[in-house]
Amino acid sequence: MADMGYQAVMDRKLDIVKKAVGIDYEQFSRGALGFDYEGMMRQAAYSIEEMAKIQRETGVGNTPLLEMRNLTALARKLAPKGKGARIFVKDEAANPSGSFKARRAAISIYHAQRNGYRGVIAATSGNYGAAVASQAAMRGLNCIIVQEVFDSRGVGQPEILEKGRACEAYGAEVVQLTVGPELFYYFLVLLEETGYFNASLYTPFGIAGVETLGWELAGQVRELAGRDPDAVVVTHAGGGNVTGTARGLAKAGCKSTKVIGASVDLKGLHMASDHDFNRKSFTTGHTGFGLPFATWPDRADVPRNAARPLRYLDRYVTVTQGEVFYMTEALAALEGLERGPAGNTSLTAAFALAREMDEDQILVVQETEYTGAGKHPNSQLTFARSNGIEITRGDPAENIPGRRIVIPNHPGQIKIQDVDLTRARRSYLKNAAALLPDARITQADLEFLAEDCGGSLDWVKQELAAMGIITGGTGRGQN
Amino acid sequence: MGSAKQGDWVQVYRVVLAAGERAPQVPEDTQKVPLEMWVKGFLTEAAGETGKEVSIKTVTGRTVRGRLAGVLPAYTHNFGEPQPELLEICQELRTLLKGGSEVG
Repeated sequence: MADMGYQAVMDRKLDIVKKAVGIDYEQFSRGALGFDYEGMMRQAAYSIEEMAKIQRETGVGNTPLLEMRNLTALARKLAPKGKGARIFVKDEAANPSGSFKARRAAISIYHAQRNGYRGVIAATSGNYGAAVASQAAMRGLNCIIVQEVFDSRGVGQPEILEKGRACEAYGAEVVQLTVGPELFYYFLVLLEETGYFNASLYTPFGIAGVETLGWELAGQVRELAGRDPDAVVVTHAGGGNVTGTARGLAKAGCKSTKVIGASVDLKGLHMASDHDFNRKSFTTGHTGFGLPFATWPDRADVPRNAARPLRYLDRYVTVTQGEVFYMTEALAALEGLERGPAGNTSLTAAFALAREMDEDQILVVQETEYTGAGKHPNSQLTFARSNGIEITRGDPAENIPGRRIVIPNHPGQIKIQDVDLTRARRSYLKNAAALLPDARITQADLEFLAEDCGGSLDWVKQELAAMGIITGGTGRGQN
Repeated sequence: MGSAKQGDWVQVYRVVLAAGERAPQVPEDTQKVPLEMWVKGFLTEAAGETGKEVSIKTVTGRTVRGRLAGVLPAYTHNFGEPQPELLEICQELRTLLKGGSEVG
């Protein structure tokens, strides 16, 4: 029998994942660092027309695009004359499992079924679990969801407990774990034990499934307003939402549409800390995932992450937890839509962004998510209070992640903070440079890095030179 | 809590990695505690007592052994309590929207 110890299983990682995803990632490798990203997406995933058909089979997609007339009017009241873009929301909560994640799951589960897998496993504490469970139920596959739920006191994050309940409602087995990245170890153990498909969020299927979202919304905006959206705001965590949406917009021919990522600011909280775990009110869509995954995408549960956010982000902004709770109330009070707070991260950023944009411009918030017990401002704030977090009304600038949540006194206080993308690109290059076998880089790898971090070739060359990396290497490892 | 008989829907508990066996990259506070797991399924043995080692069959057909941690385990999450900091937002926004122009 195989050694099931932590290190032994982690050492078998590549083999286990290869069997469980059915993609030979090695064939796409180019040079010491690079890989053929577009080749991988073309070869491994499906065309947008095929994906739209696959998603239609299980009732996924074609969600309504709703104009936020009252929120737009409010934004205009708070903006200088002539400012205040029209805000539209893509109501992704209308998907079968209540979030845009159904798009990702639909393609993964279709692919798993087509390739003869009896079941699927996903490691996720988010809406993706319910999405995989729901799609697996429709296609008759077994499903296991592995979640990080509890701290060492056995106290569970209400939002994750709710997602676990939803998975069980869809007939999935839910494996609940305490805090820690070794969740991935147990995930590998389960893949080996069952031979199920790894329905990772980060395979080409998991990412390409989101392309239909960008593609659909482009068509809907054209139909409603006779033009392309000026900007699309996307809640950013692991990078799949940004990547898939931007690729879909590009496939729809939206050339000048800006893609703006938005995350909840959780600076200072460690994602693997037992102590910090229950001191956050958002379990995804936050900087704890958003920054690490942007500055090095290949930290996921597959060898090559198909989500490459720095390729697509035109701008990246943060908002605070209290501002998102406020906008969740505003969406219900003014637009009659009660939706989950985490999905309203991009709406919150949009409310600030709209005030910078001209009145005749169009700003699209590309998701909403379902709400319910656990996934509600009242349950999250009750939970935060019980964990010693101070909750007050005031200026959101006084917010301290893990210590104080400030609900704005006034909508005019809702602001965005820009994340310096040049700094993020520099971090990405540092992470890449650390993986080079020596202090040289080939032209091919240089070109890959420039494309992958969204920087110009000259800038990347200059930054690497400052790190002591010389271009024009020996070509070691180059194809 | 208490006892369960064959076929009952129960929850079992197991330590996956003991404190001290945690992954090297885990922060200090997490290193000090074990990685714990809970799984639900149907009891496959004639009877079980809380805290005693039992076997279950999960909904995917896997057999999992662990200490019996709960019988008919309930969902305990809820909508929480009304939050004073949120209660007035609705009226404030509606008043603001109906009122004249204002620069915030």
